[in-house]
Amino acid sequence: MLLGFLWVTALAIARGRDLLAATMLLGLYSLFSAGLLLLLDAADVAFTEAAVGAGVSTVLILSTLRMVGRFERPQPRPQWLALGIVLVTAATLIYGTLDLPAFGVASNPVHHHVADRYLQQSATEIGIPNVVTSVLASYRGYDTLGETAVVFTALLAVLLLIGGRKPQPRPPTQSTPPRPPGGATVNDHLILRVVSKALIPLIVLFAFYVQFHGDFSPGGGFQAGVIFAAAILLHLLVFGLASTSRIVPAAVLKFTAALGLLIYGGVGVAALFAGGAYLDYNVLAADPVAGQHLGIFLVEAGVGLTVASAMILLAYAFNARGNPA
Amino acid sequence: MNWSGLYNYWIVIALMMTGLYVMISRGNLVKKLVGISLFQTSVFFLYISMGFVADAQVPILTAGVERYSNPLPHVLILTAIVVGVATTAVGLALVVRIKEAYGSIEETDLHRMDNDF
Repeated sequence: MLLGFLWVTALAIARGRDLLAATMLLGLYSLFSAGLLLLLDAADVAFTEAAVGAGVSTVLILSTLRMVGRFERPQPRPQWLALGIVLVTAATLIYGTLDLPAFGVASNPVHHHVADRYLQQSATEIGIPNVVTSVLASYRGYDTLGETAVVFTALLAVLLLIGGRKPQPRPPTQSTPPRPPGGATVNDHLILRVVSKALIPLIVLFAFYVQFHGDFSPGGGFQAGVIFAAAILLHLLVFGLASTSRIVPAAVLKFTAALGLLIYGGVGVAALFAGGAYLDYNVLAADPVAGQHLGIFLVEAGVGLTVASAMILLAYAFNARGNPA
Repeated sequence: MNWSGLYNYWIVIALMMTGLYVMISRGNLVKKLVGISLFQTSVFFLYISMGFVADAQVPILTAGVERYSNPLPHVLILTAIVVGVATTAVGLALVVRIKEAYGSIEETDLHRMDNDF
């Protein structure tokens, strides 16, 4: 049912010429997605999708639209070729699904390769209830290290592309409307300011809860990082870049983004020095399970630092480009 | 053949094709990135759908629960979402630079200007 809603939203996104509306619909789409992911037992993923889709990515696209203009140009003719390609691909894929095992059956082959081991052994090997956290930080530690590095690298790329000063003089562009002087923030809206002041500490508190309670309930570094970033982005939207970067300076964030990745890598090296393999947390403490706890705690802290700093810095970069000082 | 067992996969395909159509048919670069996002979320749903087990619980070990959904796709997708927004940001940054260099982000304009050189 929700999947049906999702598709309707997707179609609405595809049809409109107004990119602002498409962005807002994309946020709505993410909210539907999060609900659906929860129904599919993927609580950790639902957290992430809600914070990323409805928070971070919406803000990023909006800041871009401010620079590139809100409306796309109508296409000259119906795109029969595109439609044809899409229909043929769809038909092929649907033909492919006929061989797939039915949805939700416990004996499907996907559930019986490594998943059995994760579910049955992780309680004794890792000792924490949230299997998603165990797999993320310990069994697939290399993978997660790589993903964290990708987030960091993407941050570097964005900062290199749009982090610096804009070349002067600016070429005049006709589609960008002139910005009203001083009207860049929603500073005059009393209700927004008061409500967000009340909400931001709670969101930050929730982010820390998600970070440190991630072993026992849905949560962990990635989720906490994006939720924390969402709180700061709310502040950014309401109070403007100058005010937010006084509280969370970009220089500090650049440091913490690198520090998080360094912590993750450092835990791996520490394990090497303690006589184990890279990212083998068993050797970090006298008792293997205690070692796993320590390792996962440190690694998740590193992930949280890098993800939160990277997301906030991304938003800063897009905002600063849109409003040259 | 149990048709209802494949319904989830078909919606995933419908979502994916919507994203693909937007990517191919629209000239606006931001719209293309929105299409890529749609395409990407459809892949997320494919993975999470595969990991779902009927009458099972969220994979957090609890006393007295025997069946859990598969945790592995959850791990893969939760990191993929965060990486996805980071790479989308790179794409948007490129779009901003293109706008600054060309003054337009419509594909046809860009082709025309490139050919004029």
